[in-house]
Amino acid sequence: MAAWEHFSHGSDIGVRGIGSSVEEAFEQTAVALMAVVADVTTIERGEIVEVQCDAPDLELLLVSWLNAIIYEMAVRRMLFCKFRVVLAGCSLKGTLDGEKVDPERHQVAVEAKGATVTALRVTCDQDGQWLAQCVIDV
Amino acid sequence: MNPQSLLRYSDFEWWIKPTGQMRVPAIIYADEQLITDMDEKVREQLTNVATLPGIQRAAYAMPDAHWGYGFPIGGVAAFDPNEGGVISAGGVGFDISCGVRSLHTTLTANDLEPQKTDLAEALFRGVPAGVGSTGEIRLNEQEMDNMLCGGAQWAVGQGYGIPVDLDRMEERGRAIGAMPECVSREAKKRQFDEMGTLGSGNHYLEVQRVAQIYDAAAAEAMGLHKDDIIVSIHCGSRGLGHQIGTDYLKSMLIQGYRPIPDRELACAPIHSELGQHYLGAMRAATNCALANRQIITHLVRGAFDQTLPDAKLTLLYDVSHNTCKIEQHSVDGDRRELFVHRKGATRSFGPGHPDLPPSLLAVGQPVLIGGTMGTESYILVGTSESERLAFSSACHGAGRAMSRTQATKRWHGRQLIDELRERGVLIRTRSFRGVAEEAPGAYKDVNAVAAAAEQAKLARRVARLVPVICVKG
Repeated sequence: MAAWEHFSHGSDIGVRGIGSSVEEAFEQTAVALMAVVADVTTIERGEIVEVQCDAPDLELLLVSWLNAIIYEMAVRRMLFCKFRVVLAGCSLKGTLDGEKVDPERHQVAVEAKGATVTALRVTCDQDGQWLAQCVIDV
Repeated sequence: MNPQSLLRYSDFEWWIKPTGQMRVPAIIYADEQLITDMDEKVREQLTNVATLPGIQRAAYAMPDAHWGYGFPIGGVAAFDPNEGGVISAGGVGFDISCGVRSLHTTLTANDLEPQKTDLAEALFRGVPAGVGSTGEIRLNEQEMDNMLCGGAQWAVGQGYGIPVDLDRMEERGRAIGAMPECVSREAKKRQFDEMGTLGSGNHYLEVQRVAQIYDAAAAEAMGLHKDDIIVSIHCGSRGLGHQIGTDYLKSMLIQGYRPIPDRELACAPIHSELGQHYLGAMRAATNCALANRQIITHLVRGAFDQTLPDAKLTLLYDVSHNTCKIEQHSVDGDRRELFVHRKGATRSFGPGHPDLPPSLLAVGQPVLIGGTMGTESYILVGTSESERLAFSSACHGAGRAMSRTQATKRWHGRQLIDELRERGVLIRTRSFRGVAEEAPGAYKDVNAVAAAAEQAKLARRVARLVPVICVKG
């Protein structure tokens, strides 16, 4: 089952995605990231942004994926609510769907500065459930 | 952290002797209660820092230390490049050169009171804050590089502020050795329209009243009197610094020094090409932060001109608390040039230090300690002892006691704003959730942190400030 959640970090906030594939876990982690910044239910779809990244391993790929989203949020002044990930080894193509930020309607709480390697994990359990997580510096 | 697990050197100095891969001891400055409340992660991170090559004397933690990224926040470590010393992107942090700047106004609390609401509105209108906000200034590529090389000196040259402001900044507002060519296109793109913006999270612009003077002589040298009005700005290098942190953390993870005890401690030898490139980019981000705080100073003065035109605002001091600086320090009787990392820690030069402006030479460097929107902030001053104790370093703020997730479950932004208004503190924000995450109760007791810094002899309390107006990002 696809799901996301936050976990506690002393000064910042952890994001965790769970899914039946690495791709789904990465997509859910992206939703968790967006929920750090704003109320995801208030973000509407409509403007599509494509991103691409790669890394030496899956864990660093998760960090690169989240940092790619943070970059697009910053330079386009956008928030996203829907994510699609396609993996080929440790190369990722992602699709972000969202809209321009409206601070009051979206109740934005905080900017994300960057995804870190703190509490970084990408694992698969014996039931085939993937988990992807790290801490976001805000 | 259990105090029993540490070697108690004095009531305010706690040691972890070197074991395993540690090259030097780890030393924590705090009282027993702060140690008890401190996250166990501080011990783990500090002992990891102590394993890095070229580290000198000890890995230090300040009284406000808490779980950070590789380095604890409130961590200090100095490296000698000639002994294989390293520079770490995590040891500086994502928000490079984040810091506090305080402006001393010619107003007293009584002068401000009738105009308080108007000033709060003018500041909220005049200083862009929060997610998605942009500044009035748009830089082209050449102007961007000029800003990255020139820092606050560039900003003053552009008409943002006055030359005398530069006398009260570290390195007179400009980090030497910035290399804009080592800053990625992406980092620059994040900054083109973010100059003069406050940001979000724990960043703020606060109007404060001097509530108490502790050290009359130092206060006099700084021109501070009880009931004076101060303006403090807490922010950093905005999107540019965040992107440089991201870019170089990845580079150091892939190409940096090995082995490291924790990926978060990704670093590179200072003498390597990667180390030099990071230093050049980090100094560019430092200049960005200094220019940003200078532009915000100009905007603050504009807001005062609209509401309290007779007020004059002079710069008390500007300190960065996420840095790596080259400094001369004594190690085993030798004067050496060291690269001092301060992650969530403030430099605290004592009296007589040659880098101090003449007007502060007799008392030492102001150390600006940010509190929260409902509690106190402090002005301290560096001591002669802090060089020997922790490479002239002190704490930087209260430090969080509770995560953001816990804070939003416990407080509501609207309610907090109403409660603070009842106590005479006006909050201006676009995000109620942001206010809840930054609730005063989510932070440690800044009074205890400032007192411990003084008792440990890292810095001495000069004045306690209480908030009057707070613009939250």
